[in-house]
Amino acid sequence: MVSLQDFLSKLLPSLFSKKKQIKIGLYGPPNAGKSTLANRICKDWLGDDVEMSTVSNIPHETREIITKENIRIKKKGKELSFNLVDTPGIATKIDYEDFLKHKMNKAIAKERAKEATKGVIESIRWLDNMDCVVVVLDSTSNPYSQVNITIIGNLAARDIPVVIAANKIDLRKSNVKKIESAFPQYPVVGISAEIGNNVDELYDMLFKVVK
Amino acid sequence: MLTLQYIPFSEVENLSSEKRIAKLLGSVKRNNIVLMQGRLHATEEAQLIEKTMEEVTKDFKGIELCTIYPQKPKRKGDVGEHIKHYLAKVLVGDRDGFTIIGPATIIKEIKKNPDKIELLTHNLRRKER
Repeated sequence: MVSLQDFLSKLLPSLFSKKKQIKIGLYGPPNAGKSTLANRICKDWLGDDVEMSTVSNIPHETREIITKENIRIKKKGKELSFNLVDTPGIATKIDYEDFLKHKMNKAIAKERAKEATKGVIESIRWLDNMDCVVVVLDSTSNPYSQVNITIIGNLAARDIPVVIAANKIDLRKSNVKKIESAFPQYPVVGISAEIGNNVDELYDMLFKVVK
Repeated sequence: MLTLQYIPFSEVENLSSEKRIAKLLGSVKRNNIVLMQGRLHATEEAQLIEKTMEEVTKDFKGIELCTIYPQKPKRKGDVGEHIKHYLAKVLVGDRDGFTIIGPATIIKEIKKNPDKIELLTHNLRRKER
């Protein structure tokens, strides 16, 4: 008969030695395509019917941290297992009047603005929890914004591996080279999260940078 | 009327991050455009955004922020340039460069390209009516 002490001595180490799942965060300014990319990753590796975030043209659609656990990317005999974290877009200003332009009533716009401010705070606080971050930038916009610089500066200060996804390459105004020249120290992969263009290259890059 | 407040580095260098951010944000909330000598640390910039978000109201909609600093060496391989840059930082501290912070109700956008900065303001006259 197995004594209680033997049982515990076998069980406890196995409980505590369980390998911590790494967290890959999607960070960036609002409307860069973080949630679209999160859904693309889920569709690619968890199945066509799996989505983790709602997507909208209205800024600050994602106002809370959303996590999808245990995603496994398998490529060329290698496997990368992680929890994917979709974060609210980081901004330095939030004006409820901007939401009124999207045909929202005043009360809903004010509530959305309030939630968006909390979302930005939550995104920043979660930086410390990340093991790797994909910074999603809109490749049709000017990359030299202070928000982009602050996000990348904070990841560098925390020594968190970074991949920059230059999203929306399917659009005519897309300029991946401008992002590459703004952040030459980091790997930049041009993708279209919506259509799925070049996302495979992003997965290859994740294998390279995840420690 | 726009008010530009200049803050020399000596005024903030001995302050804790919290006090430094409170000083900058306090001035911006009084509708000043702050021009600070030097720059905040990346983590302080994130704290500034965090603090700003905590204080957003109907009248204070946030900030526009921009830092200007000497170009860092672009490529990882530029060891000599990196050493030069590092030594300059050790000697001069965070004094190099400038930080511009303004209230989002006054500044619409700060456009920054490697060689120029454009500060776009809201139409204040229309707002005053």
